[in-house]
Amino acid sequence: MSLGPYATFIATSYLTVLAVVMLMIAWIAIDYRRQKRRLSELESEGVLRRSERSKAGMR
Amino acid sequence: MTLIDLANPTRFLALTARVLPWLVATTAILLAVGLYQSALAPDDYQQGATVKIMFIHVPNAWLSMFVWGVMSLAALGTLVWRHPLADVAAKAAAPIGAAFTFLALVTGSLWGRPMWGTYWEWDARLTSVLILFLMYLGLIALWRAVEDPSRAARAAAVLTLVGAINLPIIKFSVDWWNTLHQPASVMRMGGPSLDRAFLVPLLVMALAFSLLFVTLHLAAMRNEILRRRVRAMQMMQVAQAGRRRA
Repeated sequence: MSLGPYATFIATSYLTVLAVVMLMIAWIAIDYRRQKRRLSELESEGVLRRSERSKAGMR
Repeated sequence: MTLIDLANPTRFLALTARVLPWLVATTAILLAVGLYQSALAPDDYQQGATVKIMFIHVPNAWLSMFVWGVMSLAALGTLVWRHPLADVAAKAAAPIGAAFTFLALVTGSLWGRPMWGTYWEWDARLTSVLILFLMYLGLIALWRAVEDPSRAARAAAVLTLVGAINLPIIKFSVDWWNTLHQPASVMRMGGPSLDRAFLVPLLVMALAFSLLFVTLHLAAMRNEILRRRVRAMQMMQVAQAGRRRA
């Protein structure tokens, strides 16, 4: 596959898309781990969600 | 499971956990097929190999507008039906839409330099897409600036619906004004004007990028639901500490 005289423009386009898509995936994955960690920290400190408090009969 | 069941964030999280692995796999396969077909596509008789930029530029350009359309529906969900997941959907979509718009602008610019002789021209299509990108950034800033999610949701929903006026302007800018940008060659009256050798890889890439959006959007919505749970629990923690002190 020859990309001709404009190979730099074509390669830069594809690499930019790849970089931005990878950044989005990484950002979402890191954010998910961060939120899960915060939730488990709060639960380990004994903080319950409203639905769990009502299940446990607490006010 | 009916649509109304999805109004419950817990049920939505359960559905997301089941669906996401399948979506990730399907998106990866379709992207691989699309990239393979794009690599094998012949050179255009006028543009040469730069036509390969079309296979990534066009899906990103379509999605830049489609995501705003999704956010506009979600804005209606927030303002009219007060659906609990509507603002979550809109807020989660905005950064993804901004990224697709950024990619449409960058790849378009990189395609324009060899074909038009310039990276940028202040014509109607390019300028209206730049405005769309700035509107995405404005919305993201608004959600970050207002601490109370319900207040931010209403303001963002109104801004989103006002911004939707830009979508037909972007779509028809190439017909209404003289622009460097070519007119529509796929979604047009009379069917696509593209040769099959270019149309098939383009449609596969468009489907792959659309699935990529759905996958990222569901994952980002899941994160936003968890973030709101964390916020609610932190507020509960502060309230509990206050009661203990009293």
